Amino acid sequence: MGSDIVEIGINGIKLVLIFLMMVQAVPILVWVERRGSAFIQNRLGPNRVGPLGLLQLLADAVKFLTKEEFVPAKGVPFLYYMAPIFALVPGAVAFSAIPMATPLLIDRFELFGQMWGPYTILFQGYEIGVGVVFVLGISSLATYSILMAGWGSGNKYSLLGALRASAQIISYELALGLSIVGVLLLNGSFNFGEIIAAQQGPLAFTFIGHTVTVPFLPNWGVFYQPIGALLFLTACFAESNRLPFDLAEGEAELVAGFHVEYGGFKMLLFFIGEYGHMIVGSSMFIALFLGGYHFPFPGITPEVLRYYATELGYGPQGVSIFTALILFLSFFVKLALLLWFFIWVRWTLPRFRYDQLMDLGWKTMLPWALANTIITAIVIQISKI
Amino acid sequence: MPLGGVIFLFIFISAFGALLLFIANRIGNRIKSVSDVKSAPYECGIPGIDKKDTKISVKFYLTAILFILFDIEIIFMYPWALTFKDFISNSMGWYSLLCMGFFLLVFIFGLVWEVKSKALEWE
Repeated sequence: MGSDIVEIGINGIKLVLIFLMMVQAVPILVWVERRGSAFIQNRLGPNRVGPLGLLQLLADAVKFLTKEEFVPAKGVPFLYYMAPIFALVPGAVAFSAIPMATPLLIDRFELFGQMWGPYTILFQGYEIGVGVVFVLGISSLATYSILMAGWGSGNKYSLLGALRASAQIISYELALGLSIVGVLLLNGSFNFGEIIAAQQGPLAFTFIGHTVTVPFLPNWGVFYQPIGALLFLTACFAESNRLPFDLAEGEAELVAGFHVEYGGFKMLLFFIGEYGHMIVGSSMFIALFLGGYHFPFPGITPEVLRYYATELGYGPQGVSIFTALILFLSFFVKLALLLWFFIWVRWTLPRFRYDQLMDLGWKTMLPWALANTIITAIVIQISKI
Repeated sequence: MPLGGVIFLFIFISAFGALLLFIANRIGNRIKSVSDVKSAPYECGIPGIDKKDTKISVKFYLTAILFILFDIEIIFMYPWALTFKDFISNSMGWYSLLCMGFFLLVFIFGLVWEVKSKALEWE
């Protein structure tokens, strides 16, 4: 985590902040979801508590806290309590591996009578060389919390919901894993930093000896891999158990699926886990296909921002902070738009039937992802991008 | 060394979740005794039968096995995807593509066979 005690401390605080940021995003997302769904359905939604109903979440939290607690009679207490705790883990651990902006440089400073630094603090939890594989692996751990909840509750509805959810998640993991092979072929790297750096500037590629440049479009992966991007996004919906793929919950048949026996704060932790999954899926989509933290205008590169910051008279530390904050804003706006897309889709599309869901995953998305991979490889070989 | 960060975050989140559950447990309304009816698993009003190990459709088992096979095959494609450009720059791109083609043929054959044998049909 660092070379000396201060750097380790800074990195530890950063990790905690990233986690708390994710936890804090959940009430806001719940509010957006409730208000957004209300407006989509021509209702008002929560608007009584506080301005625009924003304080509804605080009221909800108090309500959650004062719910009574017990383990269902046929449940397994250890698994029953472990499941919501473990539901929190994959989202935050995977999200921390995704870079949100360029690194911060911190000059030498004095603390406790000693000189410390200079440090380079990454604008991400930790940099992992095989980041793509790490995020895929960690986010698939969510299956365990679902299965623990299903078995630990000692209820048939829970068990069936958990089995459905895990079968669905592992089926779509195939399409998810295969849809990014095209990106890996193009970039030749598992590292998010390198993949994002390759998406900088205007759209430019070599096609059979001709260099093509489109000055008004950014060099994003989505223009090279449109089918891969579509498959990846669809699989993300299924991975996070969101409508139109929320068969795990399926209110009509399974009441609430794997969390039917949960209430109060335990339920809230599952919610945080689900939204965490959405955030991880969206940020990975941004990193692989939407240029990461780069601006959609190809003219504004980190170098240009650094140049402007230097012109404004900042030192190296100020320049790095200025650049990182502005790039983080770009990342944040993309993330917010994608999360809104998740919510929008949820209240627009109806639910799939279970056999349709499995057919879509195995018989439609898997062959398309395979075809996408093969065609990408042949095109790369022919055009020598 | 990123592993330290991963382990730290893992432990921190687990502790955070456990603390939240503990606080909720302390603050939440205390009930004197949980009656049998109250703590019974959720049902539509009828008494539950004490039998949890209900029979599950074998399709779930089949799906899990097929997932393992196909996931491993997909994982094998990752190193190839990573090194494909190196092969091209050594002008061995077609060779690499051909080798992967044989592997993909097995993959596609498996998928077609699986669909033909109705392993993926859910009634």
